[in-house]
Amino acid sequence: MGLLTSSIARKVAMALSGLFLVVFLGQHFVINLTSVIAPNTFNSFSHFMGTNALVQLLLQPILIFGVVFHFIMGFVLELKNRSARSVRYVAYKGGASASWASRNMIISGAVILAFLGLHFYDFWIPEMIHKYVESHPEDPTRYYAETVHKFENPVRVGLYVLSFVLLAVHLWHGFSSSFQSVGFNNKYSKALQGFTKVYAVGIPLGFIIIALYHHLNPIAH
Amino acid sequence: MKLTLKIWRQKNAQAKGRMETYQIDQIDGDMSFLEMLDVLNDQLIATGIEPVVFDHDCREGICGSCSLQINGEPHGPDRFVTTCQLHMRKFNDGDTIVIEPFRAKAFPVVKDLMVDRSAFDRIQQAGGYISVNTSGNTIDANSIPIQKDDADNAFNAATCIGCGACVAACKNASAMLFTSAKVSQFALLPQGQVEATRRVLNMVEQMDKEGFGNCTNTGACEIECPKGISLENIARMNREFLTAQLKG
Amino acid sequence: MSITSNIPQGPLAEKWTKHKNDINLVNPANKRNIDIIVVGTGLAGGSAAASLAELGYNVKTFCYQDSPRRAHSIAAQGGINAAKNYQGDGDSTYRLFYDTIKGGDYRSREANVHRLSEVSGNIIDQCVAQGVPFAREYGGLLDNRSFGGVLVSRTFYAKGQTGQQLLLGAYAAMNRQINRGKIKAYNRHEMLDLVLVDGKARGIIARNLVTGELERHGAHAVVIASGGYGNVFFLSTNAMGSNVTASWKIHKKGAYFANPCYTQIHPTCIPVSGDHQSKLTLMSESLRNDGRIWVPKKLEDAEAVRDGRLMPTAIAEEDRDYYLERRYPSFGNLVPRDVASRAAKERCDAGYGVNKTGEAVYLDFQTAIMRYGKEQAIIQHIKDASDADVRALGEKVVESKYGNLFQMYEKIVDQNPYKTPMMIYPAVHYTMGGVWVDYNLMTSIPGCYAAGEANFSDHGANRLGASALMQGLADGYFVLPYTIGDYLSQDIKTGAITTDSSEFEAAENAVKATIDGLINNKGTKTVDSFHRKLGKIMWNKCGMSRNETELKEAISEIKALREAFWREVNVPGTANEVNQELEKAMRVADFLELGELFAKDALERNESCGGHFREEYQTPEGEALRDDENFMCVSAWEYQGEPSDAKLHKEPLVYDNIQVKTRSYK
Repeated sequence: MGLLTSSIARKVAMALSGLFLVVFLGQHFVINLTSVIAPNTFNSFSHFMGTNALVQLLLQPILIFGVVFHFIMGFVLELKNRSARSVRYVAYKGGASASWASRNMIISGAVILAFLGLHFYDFWIPEMIHKYVESHPEDPTRYYAETVHKFENPVRVGLYVLSFVLLAVHLWHGFSSSFQSVGFNNKYSKALQGFTKVYAVGIPLGFIIIALYHHLNPIAH
Repeated sequence: MKLTLKIWRQKNAQAKGRMETYQIDQIDGDMSFLEMLDVLNDQLIATGIEPVVFDHDCREGICGSCSLQINGEPHGPDRFVTTCQLHMRKFNDGDTIVIEPFRAKAFPVVKDLMVDRSAFDRIQQAGGYISVNTSGNTIDANSIPIQKDDADNAFNAATCIGCGACVAACKNASAMLFTSAKVSQFALLPQGQVEATRRVLNMVEQMDKEGFGNCTNTGACEIECPKGISLENIARMNREFLTAQLKG
Repeated sequence: MSITSNIPQGPLAEKWTKHKNDINLVNPANKRNIDIIVVGTGLAGGSAAASLAELGYNVKTFCYQDSPRRAHSIAAQGGINAAKNYQGDGDSTYRLFYDTIKGGDYRSREANVHRLSEVSGNIIDQCVAQGVPFAREYGGLLDNRSFGGVLVSRTFYAKGQTGQQLLLGAYAAMNRQINRGKIKAYNRHEMLDLVLVDGKARGIIARNLVTGELERHGAHAVVIASGGYGNVFFLSTNAMGSNVTASWKIHKKGAYFANPCYTQIHPTCIPVSGDHQSKLTLMSESLRNDGRIWVPKKLEDAEAVRDGRLMPTAIAEEDRDYYLERRYPSFGNLVPRDVASRAAKERCDAGYGVNKTGEAVYLDFQTAIMRYGKEQAIIQHIKDASDADVRALGEKVVESKYGNLFQMYEKIVDQNPYKTPMMIYPAVHYTMGGVWVDYNLMTSIPGCYAAGEANFSDHGANRLGASALMQGLADGYFVLPYTIGDYLSQDIKTGAITTDSSEFEAAENAVKATIDGLINNKGTKTVDSFHRKLGKIMWNKCGMSRNETELKEAISEIKALREAFWREVNVPGTANEVNQELEKAMRVADFLELGELFAKDALERNESCGGHFREEYQTPEGEALRDDENFMCVSAWEYQGEPSDAKLHKEPLVYDNIQVKTRSYK
């Protein structure tokens, strides 16, 4: 990859890390969905993900690397791109030729990053402390209640919903765009694009529905 | 019709530019945009103001000389035309029109609305050719049959006029559409295969060196391109680049 | 200075081969020590520069545009001829040669034209090898179409953008040499004088159009490939910057100027829409393959159409005058350009013109649309197709052939040519005249060459469609690279040309004086106002038809206009910056001299031939009447201080291999 010195290499790296995150998102969604349909299954999936050595020691670091890479690269590219036009236009009608989503990936991305901070604060950090710092004994049934509990606060749910709207916006451009970046643009592209758009809206919408469901159906104390 | 023009004036590459406002009257809908500027320049000369400098030559939409960001869009609001073929009937009496040079770090302003697009030449020089000498003995043209679709697609890529609208339209000032058009033309033809690896690597390297931005697939270039060069060319160049990288 | 054409001896078909074998070569080690300047980077200049650099010479190219790729060759639409006979319709080198001579109305050199015809096939081979995407058939082989004035399909094309594709090919070849360091490209530079040392061309003075600096460039030979001078008419299909300056400067330094009055007026251009018009747009001649040209038969219909009271589509078939089909049944709408243009003018002068200026005729695609539609209905097995279905099918076919041209027309005129006939009118397009050259393309100045439209050599009094691209590339790829070596073989010991000599000094000072004079003139009138006036004189008195009285008037009017120009012109700004008014002024100053020589040449040629139509010399049917006895010759003019004092040298034209006939397309 020429150590990402080339613009196309960087673009492909963005696309591949993005696609990887899209796949992760789908997997995350499937597990979350079980929290609505079958809490026991949710507990066992969560337990597996939280304790399996392969997941924890190999996949989790890769995921974190993917996320960090995608974000850093996104910001680096944004800075580079801004410097490619040092004198700005007085009038620039970007909307005439490109969608808002495609022109503002940095904004939707930054919101998602902020959300990830919240998400880590809510789930991942307590989880790490729970498991590795305080070394509580394993409890394969605790996950469902903990999760539902998090959705009691309406402010948190509101932020959650907003973030997923922007995630949808981000995916709306990003998912299909990544295929173009890796050079996939042919007679199947139209159908593929249809799929990416459905995915871009459907998955975040699903997350939102799950959040609202738990918010509206709290576990009685 | 009567118009208000806000035009970027800049003495030379080093000078700081600014927008100036001019009023202009009696503009006919059948005039081209550049003929409207001709009228303005006559008016400026008559009042002792230096005429506005802008690039233009063939005035039939093929040489790629004319540029201009008009109301925030390269070559103005109409589609599939260059500024020289944009006609004033696309505007209304009383309109204010903002006219700026194509802006990119890689396209420094020479004067007023004239920019230096030699970066495009240097990208072509880096590999936009097939290395064949002139001789009377090249093989017969029909000894290389080429599928009509490939030939047509190569032609479509080759219709790029090198005006720079893609760069001007792109929020990142990326030159991917321009570069990919040339890479695609040769990638689609059997004659271009021999040097395919070197060509794409060298041309992309030069493109990056010139200081253009990165492509983020917004698609603005394709929409604003006066010749309708397709984004498929960018995907093809990405493919060519990856293959070339893997081959080393 | 002599006027020997240096045509090699021997049978016509063997002259070029034999000549190539006989001329001197320069060995590769010596080529490295020889510099060549090429002015102009269109098809002729670009291909010459690339080929000469490949051979090993050090080449410097100059163009006023910001990139070589923007030279006006790029605007050629229709195609390029070559005697490949891929269609098996009886084409051959001889037939292309014959058609070109006949099309040129027997006013071109046999040997040059035959050479052009011989190398035409190589051009296609070369371009395909370079990756030029010519149109192809489903079988993967190259497609051809037919063009005006010939009976075979020998035109290779790339939609309506053939010139662009060929120029990009030459530009790519140049880029390869620039990358190798063998070409140094000086873009945004304009040649303003030729420098002679000991009577030989040894360099040029060029102005850097960005900084305004005057630069001296030395070389062992100078090639002028700066195109034609159609812009002397102000309105033409040439680019705004196209100019005669390089050719005129060498003329003033001793190069003869040949047949300046031979101008091609192209029949299918978009008509003038008003006084603001800055240039005219061509609609490819290929449209005449399918379009039928007509005007109303009745004067009252024509008037009604002009006033907007009557739509052309409402005029019944029997009330239309398809005048080309009527007058020339065998060639019909495909007669050569000069014939088609004059016929349009004749109808419009008689009051049948169809736009508000009265200067337009219809080019109608309805017949073709319906014909193609019916063909498609049969191919697609559509039974009982309605008229609307047939029309839709036909429009699709027409779109695939001419889509980009129709779109361009609609953008400019704001009318849909699928539904209502196009309006067209002749416009100045190409100049067959130019710098006189011998068989080797050398001008009358040793070491100074002229190629492409800038020279006069191959098209006689009228150029056939799709032959300009052929000639430009033939000169640049296949002729100059050989012939220039013959001259340069004498120069291998000369060493680098110094630009410190008094000759360079004097030339630079003269250019500087002219520029300073213009800048300091502080007159009251714009450069364009003079150019427009010149154009009016040229179009009205030296245009599609000419007569003695008006030509004499033109000569004195142009002279007076020139004097007024130097007195009253206003060039704002300074000399040491980008100054487009100054650039224009320098060009218009030269047009104002050339225009006079043009009229003088037209006046002197007492006959009608090709694009030169003198009203005094026509047949009773209004066809051109040649005078082979007195004018089967090239008129080469030698500069003597004033255009009106130019001295005429006649180079006789000899036809040994072709029977000179009256050109007939009936």
